[in-house]
Amino acid sequence: MTNKKMYLIDDLYGENIKQAPTRDGYGNGLVALGEADRNVVVLCADLTDSTRSKYFADKFPDRFIEIGVAEQNMVTVASGLAAVGKIPFVASYATFCPGRCWEQIRTTICYNDRNVKIAGAHAGISVGPDGATHQALEDIALMRALPNMVVVVPCDANEAKKATIAVGKIKKPAYVRFTREKTPLFTTEKTPFQLGKAEVYRDGKDVTIIACGSLVYQALLAAKELEKDGVEATVINCHTIKPLDGKTIMKAVRQTGAVVTVEEHQITGGLGGAVAEYLSENYPVPLKRVGVQDRFGESGAPDELLKKFGLTYTDIMESVKNALRLKNER
Amino acid sequence: MKKIKDTRKLKLIANKIRQDIIKSLTEAGSGHSAGPLGMADVLTALYFNVMEHDPKNPGWGKRDYFVLSNGHICPVLYATLANAGYFPEAELMTLRKLGSRLQGHPHRAALPGLETTSGPLGSGLSQAAGMAYGLRMDQRPNRVFCLTSDGEHNEGNIWEAVLFIAKNKLDNLTAILDRNYIQIDGNTEDVMPLDPVKEKYLAFNWNVIEIDGNNMEEILTALSPAKRLSGKPAMVIARNVPGKGVSFMENNYEWHGKPPTQEQAEIALAELEYWREKIVAGEEQ
Repeated sequence: MTNKKMYLIDDLYGENIKQAPTRDGYGNGLVALGEADRNVVVLCADLTDSTRSKYFADKFPDRFIEIGVAEQNMVTVASGLAAVGKIPFVASYATFCPGRCWEQIRTTICYNDRNVKIAGAHAGISVGPDGATHQALEDIALMRALPNMVVVVPCDANEAKKATIAVGKIKKPAYVRFTREKTPLFTTEKTPFQLGKAEVYRDGKDVTIIACGSLVYQALLAAKELEKDGVEATVINCHTIKPLDGKTIMKAVRQTGAVVTVEEHQITGGLGGAVAEYLSENYPVPLKRVGVQDRFGESGAPDELLKKFGLTYTDIMESVKNALRLKNER
Repeated sequence: MKKIKDTRKLKLIANKIRQDIIKSLTEAGSGHSAGPLGMADVLTALYFNVMEHDPKNPGWGKRDYFVLSNGHICPVLYATLANAGYFPEAELMTLRKLGSRLQGHPHRAALPGLETTSGPLGSGLSQAAGMAYGLRMDQRPNRVFCLTSDGEHNEGNIWEAVLFIAKNKLDNLTAILDRNYIQIDGNTEDVMPLDPVKEKYLAFNWNVIEIDGNNMEEILTALSPAKRLSGKPAMVIARNVPGKGVSFMENNYEWHGKPPTQEQAEIALAELEYWREKIVAGEEQ
């Protein structure tokens, strides 16, 4: 059953569901933050339009800093800006930032405890034709390993705006991950969003599907289809991967006894890794991870790639069945 | 903090800082010797004459900022901060030890007075740039100083910063190049040649001043507000003798990354004491 308290859109599975890329939410969130706080500044490494930093740059040109193609400089300049009281947001494609400037983020932002926000755009396989060099599949792992870093993967453009605003209001380093392609807008203004708080979008007693990013919608589709087979799935939107909401996950998993994680990321080090680590230590149950299986992406249309790399709702259904098999063998 | 104008007094402070460097490194049993000794005059000038700062209030909003980009020479920064009154001098003997605020490479959150965390090379100049940019946005008059090393100029991050700083005409920023011609694997010009570094910075549209980085008068002149050029960031190339003041360490890259033994320390301190007496007698050049 869809959780009514989540205020998801009415026609959740409708064919004409509106779509928007999560990066739009970043741009809109930046503008909202910029209006509220003059210390918010935005930096970009020659990708101002495609990261949607442009929304802010157009509105607050004096607070926008063009860095050029220099990601290491971008994050370290941001560290310096934070040192004098600014709240810098930096953006590039996630393969480049945090991909190329990880050590600078580690030393000058996380260890140095500077209030810098990192936006990783064009993350995941759904970047499409640009190919593997531009498809970040390891960024969550890179950022999750750093002490003092908050990691957020919003599920649609509405949530992306909320996530951007939310990280702007905490005095901590944060990484927020965005996608290039349009994906279903299935949450609303009223859908709850709180950093560090996973939300149960659907209740079921048989299996818990824990997803992040735009694949949360695929998880809901899978749950709907599974219902026809008599399988009741809980679907959790685990937008904050660090700190992980162990309490919500544990509560659901105690009821279902089987878990499937879903993400557009390598199966190691991301959401699946985080959930597996948590449950192994606290409440071991059968667990399957839907994600990219330790390989690089390739060029193609986004929907073709999601299919080829096993990231659609039918793949989630398959993993659910495998998890249930393990559960029933116990 | 009250500024000391008497150069002889400043030279005596630099000598005291050198002695403290030797003592703390010897007690630590590891760390870098040559770089810190070479930069003692520059750090003395900054903290006792040039910069606006308050050791009793390290977070003072009107302070000038000092960013140490080549974090491994932190023994000189620690000794300078202690002598300026940021923390008790006795604490210098805790360098690199468990629980110490004086981490092997400087960690901002550990010790008041540090403006950043550094050690991995190449990132300080960009941070100084961010500070200078942010200060200018708010029309604040604070100056930003960044000490960067020659070996560190192997890093691409430095050149990214050099471009950015020139583009934005950050004339509230003064970089100082610790030009001692040594790095871990040997002489800088063998490992990865940097010269002609002056011409490089001029070509990047910086205001370049070249000085003897062990000459207090030249340091003070180069860092004085009078030398600032409107619309241009400044690069002060401070040629200096690594290991300055200790004969067996001077200009020897093998002293880049090791501390003296107890025996060597005694000789080093005796030599520095000799130089102190020369300064007192007004005989030191």
